[in-house]
Amino acid sequence: AAPVAPGEEAFRTTEEQTRYEDATAYNNFYEFGTGKDDPAKYAHRLRTSPWNVEIAGHAETTGVVALEDLLKPLAVQERIYRLRCVEGWSMVIPWSGVPLGELLARFKPTAQAKYVAFTTLADPEQMPGLRYRSIRWPYVEGLRIDEAMHPLTLLATGMYGRELAKQNGAPLRLIVPWKYGFKSIKSIVKIEFVENMPPTSWNELQPSEYGFFSNVNPDVDHPRWSQKTERRLAGSGSRVFADRIPTRPFNGYAEQVASLYAGMDLRKWF
Amino acid sequence: MIAVKTVLHVLALLPFAWLVADIYLDRLGADPIAELTHATGLWALRFLLLALTVTPLRRVTGWNVLARFRRLIGLYAFFYASVHLSIYLVLDLGGYWSQILEDIVKRPYITVGFAAWCGLLALALTSTRGMMRRLGRRWTQLHRIVYGIGVLAVLHFWWLVKSDVREPAVYAALLALLLVLRLPPVARRIQRRPRAPAPVQRGA
Repeated sequence: AAPVAPGEEAFRTTEEQTRYEDATAYNNFYEFGTGKDDPAKYAHRLRTSPWNVEIAGHAETTGVVALEDLLKPLAVQERIYRLRCVEGWSMVIPWSGVPLGELLARFKPTAQAKYVAFTTLADPEQMPGLRYRSIRWPYVEGLRIDEAMHPLTLLATGMYGRELAKQNGAPLRLIVPWKYGFKSIKSIVKIEFVENMPPTSWNELQPSEYGFFSNVNPDVDHPRWSQKTERRLAGSGSRVFADRIPTRPFNGYAEQVASLYAGMDLRKWF
Repeated sequence: MIAVKTVLHVLALLPFAWLVADIYLDRLGADPIAELTHATGLWALRFLLLALTVTPLRRVTGWNVLARFRRLIGLYAFFYASVHLSIYLVLDLGGYWSQILEDIVKRPYITVGFAAWCGLLALALTSTRGMMRRLGRRWTQLHRIVYGIGVLAVLHFWWLVKSDVREPAVYAALLALLLVLRLPPVARRIQRRPRAPAPVQRGA
């Protein structure tokens, strides 16, 4: 790999990467089933082309846009990010995609656009997991507008130099590396600029466990999992005897993003 | 009897052997520690339910010989529960052992899981003939905590899943059935009665 310039570290970590086989076989994508291996088994039913994304809400331009047209004017960038799951494991994955902020700016959000709400496809024909109401479908997520505009926030279309695998949220998914993985919503069909904090799926299901912000924070424990440490699922060796590693505030991206939350009590706004 | 018990030991150790093979052949996927923890926990629960099946099955079939395998099955529940706990402590928390204390106090699913293991430990320690003799009637009373252990074990499973409770619900239903079959009126009804000898024909 090319040497990484100082300051670039946040965008392309040099830590040992997760194997492609592992990143594509161990997924939480409940639309295809709640087992970790269900998405890899069933996501082949997903039709990723043609794919349209509806842009709605408080912006000068809105409407349904074909994925190609949405991405065309933007240069694809590579990012290598840590991904920390709320369940206490983490991966290191090379993504490719476009910065969300650059994409959103083209639609000229108005002053009322304080938050951005995202929706995943919910088609029972393509997604067998929808038959069981493990969460309320469709899956929804959201970011505050400044989080959405942050240069680290990515809309991914690829991984490991290939197309994004369907079980990883093809053809278009969010990556917010300083938040727990469930914030990084998959297979996006709608992006809406809204004025008030939008509902988010896991928060709706269990508000005491999953907050709107869900920034990775070793000092705020989840009721079921300590968030102080994590199992790093990376490298090619056996991980049976691998050591835990400490979890870092904002998943190691504090230098880039902590200022977004200046003055906020992160225990309250977990 | 020894042959039957040997077969039972071999069967009971098969899942363990299978997991050891999985480790060596690297067949456990992206997160092997999670997989090992989950598999050994499931086997502990399965052996616990199997041990609780012995008495109702004996009542229904009248095969009293089944009672002789109950201890062996119960001890395997303890064995798998201990492997499960050890994996959590040594492989998962490895290096951060102090976290277990915090986990036991703060996380209800770990609290009940640990309580269930402590209960199984008490039953395992008092499972010998000597302890049975020494404790007398209190042995029977003590070993009734197995019903509570069953409930704790199912809660442990139920509370750890994030939203899809279908799998723990199956185990909860099985446990509920096994407990209901022990309620005295139900137990009496399922009890197979030895057939009365045919009345002798008299006169002609």
